[in-house]
Amino acid sequence: MMNWKIAAAGAALAMVVAAPAVAGPTLDAVKQRGTLNCGVNDGLAGFGAPNDKGEWAGLDIDLCRAVAAALFDDAKKVKYIPLTAKERFTALQSGEVDMLARNTTWTLSRDTGLGFDFAGVNYYDGQGFMVRKSLGVKSAKELNGASVCVQTGTTTELNLTDFFRTNSMELKPVVFEKAEEARTAYDEGRCDAYTTDASGLAAERSVLKQPDDHIILPEIISKEPLGPLVRHGDNEWGDVVRWSLNAMVIAEEFGITSENVDKIKAESTNPEIRRMLGVEGDMGQQLKVNPDWAYQIIKQVGNYGESFERNVGEKTPLHLARGLNQLWSKGGLLYAPPIR
Amino acid sequence: MTTQTEVARRTSVTPFWYDQRIRGVLFQAFVLFALAALAAFIIYNTAQNLRQRGIASGFGFLWNTSGFDISFHLISYKATDTYGRVLIVGILNTLFVSAIAIVGSTVLGIIVGILRLSRNWLIARLATVYVELLRNTPLLLQIVFWYYAVLATLPNVRQSTLWWGMFSLNQRGLYVPAPILEPNFWLVPASLVIAIGLAVFVARWAWKRQLETGQPFPTWRVNLALIVLLPILTSLILGVPWRWEYPELAGFNFRGGTVLVPEFLALLFSLILYTAAFIAEIVRAGILSVSHGQTEAALALGLRPSLVTRLVIMPQALRVIIPPLTSEYLSLTKNSSLAIAIAYPDLVAVFAGTTLNQTGQAIETITITMLVYLTISLAISAFMNWYNRKIALVER
Repeated sequence: MMNWKIAAAGAALAMVVAAPAVAGPTLDAVKQRGTLNCGVNDGLAGFGAPNDKGEWAGLDIDLCRAVAAALFDDAKKVKYIPLTAKERFTALQSGEVDMLARNTTWTLSRDTGLGFDFAGVNYYDGQGFMVRKSLGVKSAKELNGASVCVQTGTTTELNLTDFFRTNSMELKPVVFEKAEEARTAYDEGRCDAYTTDASGLAAERSVLKQPDDHIILPEIISKEPLGPLVRHGDNEWGDVVRWSLNAMVIAEEFGITSENVDKIKAESTNPEIRRMLGVEGDMGQQLKVNPDWAYQIIKQVGNYGESFERNVGEKTPLHLARGLNQLWSKGGLLYAPPIR
Repeated sequence: MTTQTEVARRTSVTPFWYDQRIRGVLFQAFVLFALAALAAFIIYNTAQNLRQRGIASGFGFLWNTSGFDISFHLISYKATDTYGRVLIVGILNTLFVSAIAIVGSTVLGIIVGILRLSRNWLIARLATVYVELLRNTPLLLQIVFWYYAVLATLPNVRQSTLWWGMFSLNQRGLYVPAPILEPNFWLVPASLVIAIGLAVFVARWAWKRQLETGQPFPTWRVNLALIVLLPILTSLILGVPWRWEYPELAGFNFRGGTVLVPEFLALLFSLILYTAAFIAEIVRAGILSVSHGQTEAALALGLRPSLVTRLVIMPQALRVIIPPLTSEYLSLTKNSSLAIAIAYPDLVAVFAGTTLNQTGQAIETITITMLVYLTISLAISAFMNWYNRKIALVER
């Protein structure tokens, strides 16, 4: 009896003294683990959703695969952790995931108050509205007094309120935790309109009961630069993620695809291409990854254009045009810094 | 012998820690200190980690502007209000649905519990089916079912009818006329309070009279008439101090009047039905716990069956019913947090959901939410324990 009490007191002391390990750099931890823990959307067609074979596919998924290819030479070494809009930030803050590729908007408060760093933008988007054609509404400014279904914990919710306030319109928000609950309620007729990023609208419309009964209103009421994020405190890890994305964009600039990358690696004389593919220079070493990091990304995942067309492009049910997500040389906003 | 050990204790030269009592106190103090040290370490470690990662901490966010709208609020709320006001709106929404659900489920539970003991075979079987079905399916599924079942069957806003120009039930909710109160309306609730006071007085006087003279008094009917008629009389004298604002279809939705959103109705409905199934079983257990001899004796004395239930069975059954009933009420209050699944803006949905996500301060918001639920639950328990003590039978 007495020994039990002593043992209990000793255990409490031991717990106090043996402090939990100091969090080491994320890059080392990921390399040691051998897999990348990637936080993704729990079901947004085109960006992060399981396909009919049960494999994860999407624009954000391709980014996770690119980072894994850069680190481990194997794009399959990823553990996908589906997160709702509510859980995503806590999961990243706590270390449950190493990076978040979950169509998250880059904002000041997320960059600072939440303790994150955005490693680039992989999709320039904006918020829009979807309504039934039968309402006869042609513009978002005609939605005075409308009830709008929206997902909680997103910039969407705040932008919606701001837009209605700026235009002195009355708003009746109906706020759900999951995007599919909001979409189902809109489909059942609970709300007049549904709002999310324009790319999400295209994705959600494709799964409604009668997609052709709905139209997407022309107004884009906000800037939504969607990109991957990592925690504060590990700059090297952030560099790896950032340059994985940049490599995909630069590959498209040079016309390198997953099909011709072997040929180009063997034959090209362009110094920047040679530096990128690891034939010359020590770019990989500076990033603390293998020298052929970009080659593996392009070979296993493809360049940005391939990823775009495969997931959200004209041939997919989403039918999204490149729009702002085109290379700067072709009039879009994708402008990656040079690999030098 | 006693003196010998007493003397031995007082003059003993053995160290003080050989004394069992002192040892006990020392060990308890030590464990308490270790626990306090552990708690302090955890708090310190957390604060340091948050600072290291650049995550904001502290409760200052409660004074920041929220920036989002809430669809159902009992007090006035605009998007320019603070997160602190969001917290209050959330608490009121939770309390509102929980209070009404507690009353509703108790009434329904008592009825179903008694019905299950009925001698009518069909009624008893129907009650059994109801209880077994609702107890054995998860509450979240029931809430979602009622929400989408209700939504799917109600008519569209545009196709809904305005009954008598006053009421409308459609997918956007139950629209009822809203009273706009004149300045001297306060006299009506004042008269209600006076009526309740008079009713209590009448009840006591009638009971005393019955104890002394044996004459019964129709207390219930008199009190009901008092509570209903006195405020009505007051309002008639004052010239009906309110106007009605009727809902009208304008644009997308109805304007004017008050609306009970379908989220609230679905949540209320499912909470009442679910908890009533549990309460029915508790009531049945309580009634069965009273020995049958009591019923036989009461009937032998010539009491009607309804009087037997009210005067003999229920007071004894309540001793068994009240403690588990407290658990059911607490469970119901916490179950109301499932509201997020159907967009009802209760405390968890607006505060531990939207506010947490916008400010990123997970620890502070979850702590506040847990404290609020703890307070509500402790208040319910305290009240039920007081009531339990009050109706406890004092055995000789």
